[in-house]
Amino acid sequence: MLKTTPLNAIHRAAGARMVDFGGWDMPVNYGSQIEEHHAVRRDAGMFDVSHMRVVDLAGTGARDFLRYALANNVDKLKDPGRALYSCLLTAGGTVIDDLIVYFLREDFFRLVVNAGTADKDVAWLRRLIAERAPQLELIPREDLAMVAVQGPNARARVWQALPGSESATAGLKPFSAAAIDAEWGDVFIARTGYTGEDGFEIVLPAARVGELWNRLAAAGVRPAGLGARDTLRLEAGMNLYGQDMDETVSPLESGLAWTVDLTSPRDFVGKAALLAHPAQRQLVGLVLSEKGGVLRAHQRVRTARGDGEITSGTFSPTLEQSIALARVPLGVQPADTVQVVVRDKELAARVVKPPFARNGKPLVAIT
Amino acid sequence: MNIPANLRYTASHEWVRTEADGTVTVGITDHAQEALGDLVYLELPAAGRKVAAEEACAVVESVKAASDIYAPVAGEVVAVNSALNDAPEEVNKDAYAAWLFKLKPADAGAVAKLLDAKAYEATIGEA
Repeated sequence: MLKTTPLNAIHRAAGARMVDFGGWDMPVNYGSQIEEHHAVRRDAGMFDVSHMRVVDLAGTGARDFLRYALANNVDKLKDPGRALYSCLLTAGGTVIDDLIVYFLREDFFRLVVNAGTADKDVAWLRRLIAERAPQLELIPREDLAMVAVQGPNARARVWQALPGSESATAGLKPFSAAAIDAEWGDVFIARTGYTGEDGFEIVLPAARVGELWNRLAAAGVRPAGLGARDTLRLEAGMNLYGQDMDETVSPLESGLAWTVDLTSPRDFVGKAALLAHPAQRQLVGLVLSEKGGVLRAHQRVRTARGDGEITSGTFSPTLEQSIALARVPLGVQPADTVQVVVRDKELAARVVKPPFARNGKPLVAIT
Repeated sequence: MNIPANLRYTASHEWVRTEADGTVTVGITDHAQEALGDLVYLELPAAGRKVAAEEACAVVESVKAASDIYAPVAGEVVAVNSALNDAPEEVNKDAYAAWLFKLKPADAGAVAKLLDAKAYEATIGEA
C-alpha cells in the first residue's frame, strides 16, 4: 500500500501521472515534464513535497547536540530563521542523509529530511540523543504538509495567494525562514528550494494544504511533478540522496566538501573517518558533446585517469543537451573530454563544474 | 486511452499498420509515449537492415528513461521516419501519426497474428 500526501486527490483530478516514489504515490508530471521545467525557470511552478519529513528538535542544548550530530557547523546559524544544508554521517564518514536545518530558537531547531530516509534518520538521531542529550525531544511532524513554490515570479505569486504573507517574508534573505501567524494558522515560509530558482518552501498544517494549492493555482502557479524537480535540481548541480551519495560514499567524494567542517576543533559524527580517508574520487559535471543518447545513472565514464561512473544523468531542457553528475578519479579537470559508454557506443562528454543552469540561465557553454 | 481499432499491436507497445503495398508501418502506442514522457532522442534502424521478429531495432529515449523498440514481425527495413531525429516530441503529440519505420514483412500473414486493439487494451489493463 503506497503512502499518500494530503494533495493526492488534487493531483489525480489534475490528470497527473502518478508513480511509486520510495513508497509514496507521487505525481511525476501533469502532462509535459519539460513544460513544467520551463515554467519554473521562467515563471513559477509548485511541487508537492509533503512526503519529505519535518522533524523538530526541542530542548535545552539543541545547538550543542546538532554541533555534534551534523557534519556542517550549526554555529554558522547566528540569526533566528537562518538555514543550513548539512549531511548526517555515519561514524564511518558516509552519508546517512542530507537535510536542511533551520535555527528558530536556541531551544528549537527544525530539520527537513528526505522521505525515503526519514524513519532511518529519526531512529539514528534518537540513538544519538539517548547517548548525548537525553533531555532533548525529537518530534517528527507528520501533521504537516509542504509545498515548494519556485521560479522568478514565485514569491510574488505566494504573496498574492496568501494574504498577509508579504509583510512577514518580503525581507527574508535566501536560506532563511519565518513563521507567520496568518488566517492560515501556523505557517512556516522558507526562502529555500531545490531548483536553482528563487522561491519559497511553505510548511503548514496538512488540513490546509489543499486550499493553499488551489489558491496558488488560481494565482497562476503551475503544478510540476517529480520529473521536473529532478531535471531542475540536476541543472542546479544539487545532489539527490540515494543516487549521488548514500551510506557507501563519503561527502568528500560527493561534491559536498564545502558542507563538511574539518577545520574547526569541533568534533562531529564521522569526522575522524573523514580525516583518516581523504578523497580518492570527485563528483564532476558532464555535458554530452554529441548526439547519440542521454546520459544516465550507472553509465561508465572513461577518463585519462581511470574509469568512473555517472550517478545522475538526464536531458537538460534549459541546455537542450544531456547533462550528468559523475564520480571520477581525482585529477580529471573541467574542460577535459571523457568518453561515456551509452549502449554499444562511446560518446564524448565535456567535464564542467556544476551548476549547469540557475536563475533561468545556462551557466555552461554548449559546444 | 487512444487505441485505434484499425491497427495491430504488440505486448511491447508497438503499433503496426499494413499498407496497400504490403509494407507495414511501425510506431509506439499512445500508452507507451505517455508512460515514457517527453521524448528527447530516437535511434532508428538503417534502411535495408533485415530484422527478426521481436528483435530490438530502435531506441527511444525520454527525459526519464531509454526504451528498446522491437520489430513486430520479421522483414526488411524499407523506410525510416528520419524527420523525427530532430523532432522526437512529435511522437508525444500524436503517437499514431509519428511512425518510426516501415518493414517489408518476410511473411505476409505475420501481422494478422499480432494483438488486435481489444487484446492490446487487455494487456495494459485499461478498462
